[in-house]
Amino acid sequence: MTATQAHRAVEAVWRIESARVVAGLARLVRDVGLAEELAQDALVAALEQWPAEGVPRNPGAWLMAAGRNRAIDLIRRDENYRRKLAEVGRTLETEHEPDLAAALDEDIQDDLLRLVFTACHPVLSTESRVALTLRLLGGLSTKEIARAFLVSEPTVAQRISRAKKTLTTAKVPFETPRGAERAARLSSVLEVVYLVFNEGYSATSGADWLRPELCAEALRLGRVLAGLAPAEAEVHGLVALMEIQASRNRARVGPDGSPVLLLEQDRARWDRLLIGRGLAALERAEQFGHPRGPYTVQAAIAACHARARTAEETDWIRIAAQYQALALLTPSPVVELNRAVALGMAFGPAAGLELVEQLSEVPALQNYHRLPSVKADLLARLGRHDEARTEFLRAAELTENAWERTLLLDRANPRPSI
Amino acid sequence: MRFMVLVKASEETEAGVMPAEADLAAMGRYNEELVKAGVLLAGEGLHPSSNGLRIAFDGDQRTVIDGPFAETKELLAGFWLLEVGSREEIIEWVKRAPMESGELEIRQVFTEEDFGDAFTPELREQEARLRAQVEEQQGS
Repeated sequence: MTATQAHRAVEAVWRIESARVVAGLARLVRDVGLAEELAQDALVAALEQWPAEGVPRNPGAWLMAAGRNRAIDLIRRDENYRRKLAEVGRTLETEHEPDLAAALDEDIQDDLLRLVFTACHPVLSTESRVALTLRLLGGLSTKEIARAFLVSEPTVAQRISRAKKTLTTAKVPFETPRGAERAARLSSVLEVVYLVFNEGYSATSGADWLRPELCAEALRLGRVLAGLAPAEAEVHGLVALMEIQASRNRARVGPDGSPVLLLEQDRARWDRLLIGRGLAALERAEQFGHPRGPYTVQAAIAACHARARTAEETDWIRIAAQYQALALLTPSPVVELNRAVALGMAFGPAAGLELVEQLSEVPALQNYHRLPSVKADLLARLGRHDEARTEFLRAAELTENAWERTLLLDRANPRPSI
Repeated sequence: MRFMVLVKASEETEAGVMPAEADLAAMGRYNEELVKAGVLLAGEGLHPSSNGLRIAFDGDQRTVIDGPFAETKELLAGFWLLEVGSREEIIEWVKRAPMESGELEIRQVFTEEDFGDAFTPELREQEARLRAQVEEQQGS
C-alpha cells in the first residue's frame, strides 16, 4: 500500500467513524468542541501509524481509544484541563475496555442524537449550525465545506471555532431535549439538513461537481437521522422530500447546461430507486404523524409528481389540496402562488388567475418574478395575449437568473411557428 | 457514487442451507449499521441456482436451460446496493461484512455521466425510451 493509498484509506475510515468517535468522546468530556479536538488528534495519530501498521480490525474503537488516551494525557499535563475535567478524569481512568466497546455499540445512537441536537443548537447562527453539522456529523473537512459553500477556508474554520466557543460559553448541555423543547429543536435540525440539500440542489451545473455531492451528503444525513429518531414523523417527511427531489437530478439539466422545468423533464431519466425510497419514507411519515408536518406535506406534493408517468397524468386536484394544507401549516404568499398554479392546472386558468390577482396586492411579492410569470402563463392560456406579454416582460425584468430571463423573453415574443 | 456488492455463491448457499442463527444475527447487525449510516439503498438474497434458469441465445434461437449450474464460485447468492462518497469508502464498508470465508465483489454502477461523449443524444433518447417502456410494463 502506497502512502497516498493509506492516507485515503484513513480518510475513508474517518468519514465512516468520525461522527461516532466525536459523539462518544463528547459523552466522556461533556464538551463538543473539546471532543472534536480530541478526535482530530486521534485522526493525526491514525495518519501517522496506519500507513505503516495497516488499518486496525476495528478502526472505530482504535480512534475512540486514541482520543480517550489523549484526554487522559491532557488531564495529567495541564492544570486547566485537570480542573475542567476533574470529574470526567476519574471516569476515564477507571473505565475498562469492555465499557468502551459497549459505549461504541449501545449508547452511540443516543450520543449521536445528542451531537446532532448540540450542533444545531439555536444559540448558534444558521451558517454555524450548517458548518458544524457537516464537520461533526458529515466528517467533512474545513476545505470541503468551504468549496461546497463557495466561501474561503479561513471563513469556515472561523465559523466552526466560534461555534464551538459559543457552545462552551453558553454551557450548552450535551443532551437530547425533551418535551416541548424537543419539537422546536428538531425543526432546527431538519432546517439545517434541508438547507444543505438545497445548497446542493439549486446548483444545476454539472461542472460544479461538489454541489451535487452536497445533495448526497444531506440525503445521507437525513437517512442517518431517520435511524436515530425513527419515531419522528417529520424526519421521514424530510427524507421523503429529499429522496424524491434528488430522483430528478439527472433530468433537471439539459445537454447545454440549461435547467429543465419539472413538467418538461424526461421522466424516464428520473431515478426510480430513489422515488421508491421516497414513497416508502412518505408512507412512514404519514403513519406516524397526525396532523402532518410541513415536510411531510411537501413530500406528498413531490410524490404526486413522482407518481405521474407523464406530466399530463399529474393529479393537480390533489396537489392543490396539499398546497392548501401547507398554507395552513406555514402560511406564506409563495405557497399561495404555488397553490394558484395548481388550481390553474386542476380547474382551468380562470381559477388560478382569481387567486393570483388577490396575491398581486401582497407587498412581499411585489418584486418576485414568479408572480408576473405565473400570471402571464394563466393569461396566455385564457387567450389574453397582450396582457400576458406585459407580464412576461415584467417577469423577465425581475428575474436574476439568465436562463430564466431568456425563457421568459421567448414566451413574451414567441417566434411564429412554421 | 453507487456500488453493487455481489455475494458469491458457495456450496452451502447452492445447497439451500440456511445460515445459522448467529450468522443471521451478525448479518442483521451489519445491515442495520449500513442503514443507520445512510449508505444502504437496497439488498437482496437469491435462491440457489437449482431454482434458477438460463436462456441461451443463438441467432433467432432461444433455449431454456434449467438450473442448477455447475460453476458454483461464479454464481451469485445476493447483492447490496450502496451509495458512498468514494472508492475507499466502499472498500472500508465491505471489509466490515461479517464473512468468515468466501469473497465479495465490488462493482461500480454506471451513471449516464460515465459514458461521456460516446453517450450521444440519440443513444440517450433510446435509453430513455427503453426505460419508459420498462416503467410502462412495471406500472399498474
